[in-house]
This record gives sequence, C-alpha cells and structure tokens, in this order.
Amino acid sequence: MPVKEIEVILSRQLADSLSIPIFLVDPKGDLIFYNEPAEGILGKRFEDTGPMPMKIWSTIFKIKDDDGILIPQEDLPLVKSLTLQIPAQSSFWLESLSGERHHISVTSLPLIGEANRFLGALAIFWKNEDS
Amino acid sequence: MIVTFWGTRGSIATVGSQTQVYGGNTPCVSVASGESLVILDAGSGIRRLAEKGYYKRFNRIHILLTHLHMDHIQGLGFFDMFFDPAAEIHIWGPPSTSASLKMRLHRYLSPPLFPVRIRDFSCQLHLHEVTQETFFIEPFYITTNFVLHPGPTLAFRLTDGDKVVSYIPDHEPALGAKKFPISPDWTSGYTLAQSADLLIHDAQYSEEEYSTRQGWGHSSMHQALQFAQLAQVKRLELFHHDPSHSDAQLDAMYQEYVNGQWDFEVHLAVEDQTISL
Repeated sequence: MPVKEIEVILSRQLADSLSIPIFLVDPKGDLIFYNEPAEGILGKRFEDTGPMPMKIWSTIFKIKDDDGILIPQEDLPLVKSLTLQIPAQSSFWLESLSGERHHISVTSLPLIGEANRFLGALAIFWKNEDS
Repeated sequence: MIVTFWGTRGSIATVGSQTQVYGGNTPCVSVASGESLVILDAGSGIRRLAEKGYYKRFNRIHILLTHLHMDHIQGLGFFDMFFDPAAEIHIWGPPSTSASLKMRLHRYLSPPLFPVRIRDFSCQLHLHEVTQETFFIEPFYITTNFVLHPGPTLAFRLTDGDKVVSYIPDHEPALGAKKFPISPDWTSGYTLAQSADLLIHDAQYSEEEYSTRQGWGHSSMHQALQFAQLAQVKRLELFHHDPSHSDAQLDAMYQEYVNGQWDFEVHLAVEDQTISL
C-alpha cells in the first residue's frame, strides 16, 4: 500500500484532533479517512470500514435540495473541489439509508501540496440548527 | 558503499570538551561507491571533509540537500572545491512554492550573511531542483520524497546494488498523531526507510524534551527507534544530536531508550565514523 503524502497525513492528524466532522478523499474521490464526529453522520466507524471507494460511500446518502429534489453529483462541494480544484460551499439535505434527514452545510477545499501536487480534498460538515 | 559522518549535530555547531565523542559539527554525511561521491547535506561538517581532501579523487561531486535550514547549508561557503575551476559540482535540493533553489541558496550565499556570492564560485556548478522522484547518479539510484519537517524538506534513499542507505536527518513523523506509530501507509518517510540496511534518522530529543517541542520538526530518540522498527531496518544510526546534549547525556539517553530492547542494530552517530556496507 503506498504511503500517503505528508500533506494528507497532516490533514488526517488535524481532522483527528477536531470535534467537527471531516472527510478526507484522494484525487479519485475515494474516502481515505473520516474522523470520529464524521462517524456519526456516516453511521459507521472508520476503524471498521477503513477506506471506502467513491462508488460505495457515495451511495450511503441521498443528497437533496430544500424542495426534496436530488442534487446532481457535479454540484456538490466535494466533487467541485475534486474536479475543478477550487474551494466550494453549499447547504443541502442529507438523507441516510435509514431515512434519517439532516440539514447540512459543507465546506470543501482541494489539497494542493508542495510542487503543486494535487492530493485530494477535505470536506467539513456542519449540521444546521434547523436539522 | 562507504558511509562517513562528517557532522552529526543538529541545529548549531557545538564545539567543546562536552561533545568530543559524538562530535559538534552540523549534518554532513558522505556516501562513496566506486568513482562516485555523494554528500548528504552541507552543514559545518563539510568543511572537515574538504580539510581532509577526501573528495580530491572524485572529479564530480554531488551534494544533496534535504532542506535549506541553516544547519544543513552553512558549510557550503567553506567547501573549497567550489573555487576550483576544474571541479564539477551538482547541488540537488528542494525549491519552495515561491522561490527557486538558486534564489533560496542565494539568500545565504550573499552579503550581508556571506561575503561571496554563489555566482562567484569558479567551479562548474549545476543546480537541480528535486521534489519526489527517483534519479540516477552512477552507481546510485536515489529516491526522494517530502517528509514532515517545517518548510519543504526532502529525505533520500540511496540504493547501490543490493544495499540501501536512508537519510532522514530532520523528521517528526509523530507530529499530531494520537498514537505513534500507526500503519506504514500513514507514516511519513516509511517508503524511504523500508528495509534499509542503514537508516540515519533524527533522534534529537528525550521524551520529556519532545513534549515541550512538538511541531519543531524533530523526533525523540524513542520515536526514532519506533520508526526504525516499523520500517524494519537492519541498522539505525541516531543522528542530529541536540546541541544541549553532552556526550554523557547522549550515553545516558542511549542506556534509557535503546539498551538491548530492539531487534536491529542501534548506534549513536559519531563524527568521523565510517561504515562499510
């Protein structure tokens, strides 16, 4: 298994030290780490799941707007940070497989390391008060 | 492969009766094989290498800089081969996100910090910016990667036939980790050190000192040992001795942290020592 880049290792260690949910994905969008607060959103423990391919973790949620319409993947902040390598932010409704609904705000940023290496993205989830 | 320590001290040269055993010069290690000489870092120890004329049988010298903190470059201006028009010298090192390697070296090698400018060196000087890659300096395959230390900092893995030397002099792989070590794929520097015949690694602090110096970019001796064990190296040289540690203190730390508890060979790096692989 290849060793993670130091910027990714530092991002994990930062996430591990914070009490807000953080998801860390590699350039392909595979989920390589989520911290303890994020385990509450996913309903799974990182110790149990380990890394997850995008095609698996993206099916755990349904992401909808205020009118209950599914939001296309390309409009999601994390996908924008991955594809366009820009910071992005938006709010939406997140529905888990168990049907639980949360109003969430997500801020994501691309991880661009030394020598302009694109290393993935980091997403911070905030549960809104009206959730 | 012949490995020689010309400087083993970290941070600042420390000369005196208290550092006579392990040495007081800042990092410089040479690795020679056949007709090739690679010099790892150019701390004050490089002056001693020059003084002994060790390099003179090599007509082409490669200096690999892990990073540009003062203790790793302060000997550059005192390496007299720079002033030999017949000499061919290659310097390899990391750029920053905003400045080239040449510009960053020029900050030191120019007034008011130094009287001679880099452009006044009369040797044939070639600068190479490296980040994370593998390149070939006959007979060595050299792999570089960034490691955890403030500012862009590289470490090197030199492979000559079936022998491997890993040089990671400034490294804080435990930074921010709740538990250290964790798995190899989440450990800075692991690939460079994996199964090395000789690992030269930062071991600057005691456990107590590390607790108040987290984020300064260095390891405790115990962390260096844990890292070496994770990487399954055959031999570890504890390097980058803290300037405040006397020979007696280093011996005491060795007794406390090493003392037969590890299943690989462990030594405190000694200035002037030569290791044949």
